[in-house]
Amino acid sequence: MPRKIVIWVVLAALVVTFVGVLGARMAEGAVLPEIILGPLGLTDALFYLFAAMTFAGAATVALSKNILHSALGLLAALMGTGSLYVFLSADFLAVTQLLVYIGGVLVLILFAVMLTNRITEVKISNASLGLVGGGALLVATVPVLVFVAIATPWATIVPAELAPTTREIGNAFLTRWLLPFELASLVLLATLIGAVVIARKELKQDEPDTSVS
Amino acid sequence: MTPLQTYFPLAIAFIVAGALAALLVGAAALLGPRRPSAVKAAPFECGSDPIGSARERFGVKFYMVALLFIVFDVEAVFVYPWAVLLRDLGWSGYIAMAFFAFTLVIGLAYVWKKGALEMETD
Amino acid sequence: MDANQYIALAAFLFGIGLVGVVVKRNMLVVFMCIELMLNAANLTFLAFARRAGNMNGHAIAFFVIAVAAAEAAVGLAIVIAVFRTRGTLNVDEVASLRN
Repeated sequence: MPRKIVIWVVLAALVVTFVGVLGARMAEGAVLPEIILGPLGLTDALFYLFAAMTFAGAATVALSKNILHSALGLLAALMGTGSLYVFLSADFLAVTQLLVYIGGVLVLILFAVMLTNRITEVKISNASLGLVGGGALLVATVPVLVFVAIATPWATIVPAELAPTTREIGNAFLTRWLLPFELASLVLLATLIGAVVIARKELKQDEPDTSVS
Repeated sequence: MTPLQTYFPLAIAFIVAGALAALLVGAAALLGPRRPSAVKAAPFECGSDPIGSARERFGVKFYMVALLFIVFDVEAVFVYPWAVLLRDLGWSGYIAMAFFAFTLVIGLAYVWKKGALEMETD
Repeated sequence: MDANQYIALAAFLFGIGLVGVVVKRNMLVVFMCIELMLNAANLTFLAFARRAGNMNGHAIAFFVIAVAAAEAAVGLAIVIAVFRTRGTLNVDEVASLRN
């Protein structure tokens, strides 16, 4: 019992010291992010945090032996890119990413994982091949793309102020992008019919199977 | 305004939520008594003994529901920017969205007729 | 933050997805890597839209997300159907369209 109390006292002392030091520095006129991060701005730090999250998630997807870990890595990568959309002044797309990708596509992928894998033997079913070839491909593509991204002097236009984008997107949909907008509904119709036709057959085949088990 | 200023309330909400969760879990871990036993470690299955593994394949029917969800999820996301602008767009916007929605209603009718919405098939 | 960093991140994301598609043999993981590549494309579109200051990049990224959702629905239905008939998800073993 006393050990726990000691831990609590130490923790409380640390928190009080931290807040006290922070408050003293802020009273001198320092801005909060500067104290914590030094010369690196808070926006930059957050960018690198989310970029690292995205990168780690993507690497998990491509390298993990366990398919469920791959799915969770995809979740991290999607969350990371979604957060970066916010920094690119695309708030509505960030929400769309959350709703459609994380809430829809990822759940669908997890469903497919559950439906197809005999999960107990998950490591066997996720074999990978030719890590050497994959590494060579990585070395051949990524440096070129990154070099282009960094070295090209993209025309410098001062970015506009951050503003809500929902109205502008709605406007764009119903003026310039009207045809793709209507075609999207046809794509969704085709999806609905195609997926039901494919999966429905499975359901019918499944019927005697489920009655046994 | 920078994104940081715009989303400052959101950051506060995240920090408060994270701090509260950490506080509650940490306090429970530090203060709570721990007396593990075999019965407590067993998975809870409505009071009865657990049967089989929890990691079993489940039926395709659930997949059908997820599939219908994702299609109409995308539709809802498409409707939202239009709905924000509803008053400005007038009848042309209304007709455009009516076409969009009608196309999906055809799909819904097809799915309904195929019986994909029925869950109690067994 | 400059647009260059976003595009560089998108390049990394695309490269990882590409390697995953080539290296991985499980159909579902190949699928996830395709989603990664689509996300990289979206990130690039949005970085350029921020730079150019108009909404066209946003509209394209929006359509990419919608099409990715449609692709996921049909693609995963096909994955499940293939698994039911062949009993495997290895893309090398499912090389022919006929049994």
